[in-house]
Amino acid sequence: MPADPTTGATAASSAGHQAPPARLAQKALADLPWEVGVAKPDPAMVVDKVTRTFGGLTAVSVDHLEIQRGGITGLIGPNGAGKTTLFNLLTGFDQPNTGTWTFDGTSLGRMSPHQVARLGVVRTFQLTKALSRLTVLQNMLLGAQGQSGESFLKALVPGTWRAQEKANTEKAMDLLRRFKLDAKKDDFAGILSGGQRKLLEMARALMSDPKVVMLDEPMAGVNPALTQSLLGHVKDLREEGMTVVFVEHDMDVVRDISDWVVVMAAGKVIAEGPPESISQNKAVVDAYLGAHHDAPLTNEEEDRVLAEAEAAIAREEGVAPGGTTDPSSSGTISSEKDKP
Amino acid sequence: MSDLVDALLIGVKSGLGFQAIFFALLAIGINVHFGYTGLLNFGQIAFAMLGGFGIAISVSQWGLPFWVGVLVGIAAAVVLALLLGLPTLRLRADYLAIVTIATAEGLRLLFRSVSATPVTNGTRGLSAFNQSFIALAPWDTQTRYRILGTSWSGGELWVALVGWVIVALACLLVWALMRSPWGRVLKAIREDEDAVRALGKNVYNYKMQALVLGAVFGALGGMVYAVGTGSAIPDQYQNANTFLAYAALILGGAARVLGPVVGSIILLFILQFADTFLRALISNGVIPDALLSSTDVAQIRFVLVGIGLMLLLVFRPQGIFGDRREVMLDAR
Repeated sequence: MPADPTTGATAASSAGHQAPPARLAQKALADLPWEVGVAKPDPAMVVDKVTRTFGGLTAVSVDHLEIQRGGITGLIGPNGAGKTTLFNLLTGFDQPNTGTWTFDGTSLGRMSPHQVARLGVVRTFQLTKALSRLTVLQNMLLGAQGQSGESFLKALVPGTWRAQEKANTEKAMDLLRRFKLDAKKDDFAGILSGGQRKLLEMARALMSDPKVVMLDEPMAGVNPALTQSLLGHVKDLREEGMTVVFVEHDMDVVRDISDWVVVMAAGKVIAEGPPESISQNKAVVDAYLGAHHDAPLTNEEEDRVLAEAEAAIAREEGVAPGGTTDPSSSGTISSEKDKP
Repeated sequence: MSDLVDALLIGVKSGLGFQAIFFALLAIGINVHFGYTGLLNFGQIAFAMLGGFGIAISVSQWGLPFWVGVLVGIAAAVVLALLLGLPTLRLRADYLAIVTIATAEGLRLLFRSVSATPVTNGTRGLSAFNQSFIALAPWDTQTRYRILGTSWSGGELWVALVGWVIVALACLLVWALMRSPWGRVLKAIREDEDAVRALGKNVYNYKMQALVLGAVFGALGGMVYAVGTGSAIPDQYQNANTFLAYAALILGGAARVLGPVVGSIILLFILQFADTFLRALISNGVIPDALLSSTDVAQIRFVLVGIGLMLLLVFRPQGIFGDRREVMLDAR
């Protein structure tokens, strides 16, 4: 992949053929307080009291979250914060234990992934899912919705789907040209580079004319030049009026393109606000770097922490003898004795 | 030399006979399952058995017309496919494999069991259900015909002709489907189900449709076999046939329309040719009795097929028709 200097070009062209990017979402969100669960002026997705536990671990526990329509919402957080799990829940790939979540007022509870996708919420994956042994063009055509040729009986009568297929192919080629993949259209997707696969996955998602695009780490493992071009594409989505939610670790990227940033840690939303607010937020800094990252412990503090810990251990031990004596376990032992 | 020519001719006849059609139809079904959709069906023979016994039971036991028997066989295969698919197609691919292999063995044991004797006639099976079909032949089915040095009875010829027409129609159907958007979805499911779900396709539905379609091909194969042998015996439907059909598919090239057909012809040719030629060599004394006796030949020919498959996978892993680039891709 040649390093392509498209960022400037795409940004310029998108600015050229449209009025200068309005960034309506950014304006709409400007006056909101920077607090968790704040109501947005025009939410596309609303998440309410969604929890998901895996055994004893609570992977996601989100009280209330609204995602502004037409804006780019960045979802950040340390590893294991539950970002991808939240993505899976929102797109039907996983079902939560409790809670409701809606898209445009439609409840997405108990919907399977394909139903969510048909509503216009498409996602990409952290580990790119290019369909290796399909050509790039076939990958793209798969993204188109409402194809009559995808029903078994109509598939047998080419007349019923030829025209649609032709239109879809044209649309796919337009998108491929935009993503600079048109020269690869007849290659197997499996031979594309990692970055090209990310592009293909994004382009494929766009074939369905989505309303919400959810990108799971779109820039992971992509070289800096391609990152710039991907960023340009994500911004283009916003210019076209789509709502974008994306997970990302690179803070520069997040600062550059998001209108609003949601920070998760240990399954909870710990902060949200415009990107510039986030790096000053104490909860966020603590989540990433630990609570005492910037102050070396003084002797007195160290003693106090130590004393607290010792007290806690003493308390534990005081409780332990009674606490661990489980009547059922002693019962098992006696019954085992009885057996032989 | 004449031994070699004889063996070749007998091999060719076998490669064009009803057994080759049987394996071709099994393999076409497996191609839809495994080659295009990525479903691991290890019990294709169960569908064939339902096809064969569908005719046999309908005609011999219930006294129904032959064509009703055909419909019964297809319906039975469709029902079995639905039953197998309902619980397993939501799970990972290996669960279907486990369930199908168990079903194939279980059904065969059920059909040969004493309690099923009133319907299937147990281990002896059913016969005399194909006369009305053989009677449709436009030529005399009693006389023998010589075609290119091979000798066929009129009945064999009729079954083979109809069988190959069915194979041709099946190939045409698969070809038409796989170049359509429907086939594209199946191939995408083979590559990555979750990606297809995320694009708004009901993966479960497509997998079910593919499973049923392949099962119907399997049932047709079983019918050709039952009509060709003139009998339906549960132990004819050993699950080893499923794996021979897989061998034929891989030999010809998976996910290719003609792969399973050509693979089956070649597989049957090799099996029969090796058998006849080795027997001839042993009886001539060319191969000394101490090295190989004629009783070993039946096993040795499978060893030869196994070696051939190994060589194929080393030198041409994509099979005869496959696309090497496709096989060499590091899938996902």
